[in-house]
Amino acid sequence: MPESAISITTITLFIPLVSMFILLFLKEEQAQFIRIGALAGSLLTLGAAVVMWAGFDITNPNLQFVQRGEWIPTYGISYYVGVDGLSMILVVLTAFIVPVAILASWHMHVLEERGRQKLYYIFIMLLEFAMIGSFVAQDLFLFYIFFEVTLVPMYFMIGIWGAEQRVYAAIKFFLYTIAGSILMLLALLYVGINAGTFAVPEITAAVRANPALFPFAGMFSTQSFLFLGFLIAFAIKTPMFPFHSWLPDAHVQAPTAGSIILAGVLLKLGTYGMARFCFQFFPEASVAWAPTVGVLAVIGILYGAWVSYAQTDVKKLVAYSSVSHMGFVVLGLFALNAQGINGAILQMVNHGISTGGLFLLVGMLYERRHTKALDAFGGIWKVMPLFGGLSLVITLSSMGLPGLNGFVGEFTILLGTFGSEYLGFFFALFATLGVILAAVYSLYMYQKVFMGEVVKEENKHLEPLHWQETLLLVVIVIVIIWIGVYPSTFFGSMDASVNQLVQQVSAVAQSIVSR
Amino acid sequence: MFEVPSFAELGLGAALPAIALAISATILLLIDLFIPRERKMATAIIALVYVGMAFVINFFTFNADTTSFMGLFAADQFTGILNMIVLFAAFISILLSIDYIKRTGIERGEFYTLLLLSVSGIMFMGAANDLTMIFIALELLSIPLYVMAAFRAPDLKSEESGLKYFILGAFASAFFVYGAALVYGATGSTNLPQIFERVNVIVAEGGSGSWLLLIGTGLILVGLGFKVAVAPFHMWTPDVYEGAPTPVTAFMSVGAKVGGFAALIRIMVVALPGFALTTGSVNTAWQVTFWVIAALTLVWGNIVAIAQTSIKRMLAYSSIAHAGYIMMAVAAAGTAGVSDAAARAALIYLMAYMFTNLGAFGVAMVLERNDGTIVTLDDFIGLSKHRPILALMMAVFMLSLTGIPLTGGFIGKFFVFSATVEAGLIPLAIIGVLTSVASAYYYVRIIINMYLKDGEPRNVEETTPALTLGLYVAFVGTLILGIFPFLITGLTDTVQIAAR
Repeated sequence: MPESAISITTITLFIPLVSMFILLFLKEEQAQFIRIGALAGSLLTLGAAVVMWAGFDITNPNLQFVQRGEWIPTYGISYYVGVDGLSMILVVLTAFIVPVAILASWHMHVLEERGRQKLYYIFIMLLEFAMIGSFVAQDLFLFYIFFEVTLVPMYFMIGIWGAEQRVYAAIKFFLYTIAGSILMLLALLYVGINAGTFAVPEITAAVRANPALFPFAGMFSTQSFLFLGFLIAFAIKTPMFPFHSWLPDAHVQAPTAGSIILAGVLLKLGTYGMARFCFQFFPEASVAWAPTVGVLAVIGILYGAWVSYAQTDVKKLVAYSSVSHMGFVVLGLFALNAQGINGAILQMVNHGISTGGLFLLVGMLYERRHTKALDAFGGIWKVMPLFGGLSLVITLSSMGLPGLNGFVGEFTILLGTFGSEYLGFFFALFATLGVILAAVYSLYMYQKVFMGEVVKEENKHLEPLHWQETLLLVVIVIVIIWIGVYPSTFFGSMDASVNQLVQQVSAVAQSIVSR
Repeated sequence: MFEVPSFAELGLGAALPAIALAISATILLLIDLFIPRERKMATAIIALVYVGMAFVINFFTFNADTTSFMGLFAADQFTGILNMIVLFAAFISILLSIDYIKRTGIERGEFYTLLLLSVSGIMFMGAANDLTMIFIALELLSIPLYVMAAFRAPDLKSEESGLKYFILGAFASAFFVYGAALVYGATGSTNLPQIFERVNVIVAEGGSGSWLLLIGTGLILVGLGFKVAVAPFHMWTPDVYEGAPTPVTAFMSVGAKVGGFAALIRIMVVALPGFALTTGSVNTAWQVTFWVIAALTLVWGNIVAIAQTSIKRMLAYSSIAHAGYIMMAVAAAGTAGVSDAAARAALIYLMAYMFTNLGAFGVAMVLERNDGTIVTLDDFIGLSKHRPILALMMAVFMLSLTGIPLTGGFIGKFFVFSATVEAGLIPLAIIGVLTSVASAYYYVRIIINMYLKDGEPRNVEETTPALTLGLYVAFVGTLILGIFPFLITGLTDTVQIAAR
């Protein structure tokens, strides 16, 4: 692999950090400059990500735009970044979601009430840095650092600018995630020490060259424990049933931008980690545990959908729907075949856009009415027709309507599950029930908020959309339709890498089945 | 028959950093006589210069790899790095003290002399290669600390602190001496490398010799375990830490641990690696002991810290917990082949802990009122609005103590866990990470108070330049270790103390 002096990966990674330092030197009073600075930084990152995407060789399944420098040489730890198709698509997603989150904060009341705008945007930029870092890091140590660092700004965002229960939600979020990731640290150390390096591609190669590197002898053996060490951290982050209980609190309490970033990108760190590390390092354990994880995923799908329907708070409804959607992603991944994994990655991106969009909608409603209770609304379409129309598209996309982005992913996942040797018919059957339930709660929400007569006096004179809000919604709707109609613009670039990953996993899987 | 060794044979040069500092400390005592009461700042500055001087001298002996005083001292890189850690600690502690002892009305020049003497004791301890030398260094380390803990007399709490520390400390020293005597009885030597040579023979013979050795080592462990405050020898810590003047607590929480762990690692790794009750077993007997102590300390320290409301007591329990993490490294040193990696991990951890803990105590000092009332966790409420930089520093220190990446604390934990995993002590490592999660709860609580709770903070006084500088050194040190870990690993990579 070519290792250029400064690769575009590094540039994309460090633009948010540099922007953060520039923000540090602005004064709190210059609120407008701070906002514009943050937006400019995030747009610049998006630009760099797009340049990287344009230069990406879609036929090459290996890492591209690699940069590597020694960091702690004695332990084989290096600053090692690069992207393959999987990382690429998620970096672009991140770079897209962050400006959306910044624009969503433009008129946020809570920022004006609680102040400290500078700190707020600094945390967003730090978060973007850490998120992109997690996706491009090709060294376990580096990955762990970024993975953990995402915690801190998110914690503060929930804790400082959140709703009434913010302190509780923030500390719950922090403790949950740190508990998972610190167990991963141990597994990670074990892997690094035994492989003699922390570089991900090298560990993957070592595992392939010597399958006994992490000996596998059933569901409770060295490899399985390591697998679980990683899996639990990612399962908490995803979040997978039964580790999901931090998510509704975090989402409901977080400010709009926090929810958008959380749903849009942070949750994907979990599923990305499963695909990148669990499958490649511990193929046998992944196969052995696939049915168990599959059952949890299906429970998550149904439970999330069910609970979602029972909510009276719009934001909580969307939060639980996230649990359900992410269940699909995990299910697709652990189908361990090409369709399943492909579908899961599609769904990761789609969920990021649709659910991010839903949180944006909820945020806009909240800014106008200062409540998130379902029965406080009704008939909003009549008051704000444009908003109603755009919201409909986003809701339908989250529901998985054919022709919009959500459908492609869910359908492929179900196909993959059905054809999977480890999951099969019943998993697909129950997951399909989840799709139906998704229609139920999504339409229920939409109907409660937008349809019917305007009964509440307060709803009769709502402020129309600002230009930023309209722009945001229109952009999101365009992306939704684009992916729904012609997904390969976005996903063509990941095919080669995903196919390679799938081949590796399924080769191991075959060998185990034939044993 | 009895030859007086020549000056060259003594190899004084190798022990120069510690000797230079000890001499400087006594000179400082004289100089201080001529410095008027209202200008004690000058004494502090001279003390700082001495510390800097010792730091420079340390570079010359860093790669010496020799012994001096006929094998009493080992001047190797282990010593060199310990010297750096403790000199940094002294530097920051002096900066933190200047303002504090002035405003609490206990400004006396002797303070700095005592501090420097204790520092030189720690440096001797890190270099000591002989049980008698370790004992002398231990006393040199401790006695000034007893005095400093009671420096705020006639304040009752400070007196209690000093007396408690003195009585229990004297006890611990006695344990140590008795243990050293028994080890001498078993092996016929107090020199660590010589003990190493004889241990295997004694163990092979079995019988009374190995029992003497066992009891002796146990007593040594009790003595040093007291100094570094590991469970179950930690009971004194919260009271002493709370009563002592805060800069003294800060220094004590770092310095005494550095010295104690240095001696512990040297004794265990250099002298007693082959010591096991049954020959041929892979895990030596002391590894199991250390394993248990480490686990106990981690659980006890971290759990009890959660219940604290006074910042000093919380930091006291937190320092017990951190001793537990270092103890994990010491336990890991018991596996053949991992000794050096474990010793390096302990050094890295000590370095990170030194910066972070001094910084945390420094911030606590800013919040302290002159009358010495307890600073509670609630005193941190609203700090971020009124003193954003101070709050930022405290947040970083707390995250570092938790072990969040990009701070020194993470690097320390990373290497300690790494050594533990490498040594095959997976259950201990799991206890370590689980207690880390528990520790996140009480560290983050301070961040919550500073950032997430609204309220008027207590009237926080402006910090003086010296205190600010001290805080900045600790802050920058914490971050630099976290972001550029190769700076410290580059130093520790070549440390070898295990017998070759």
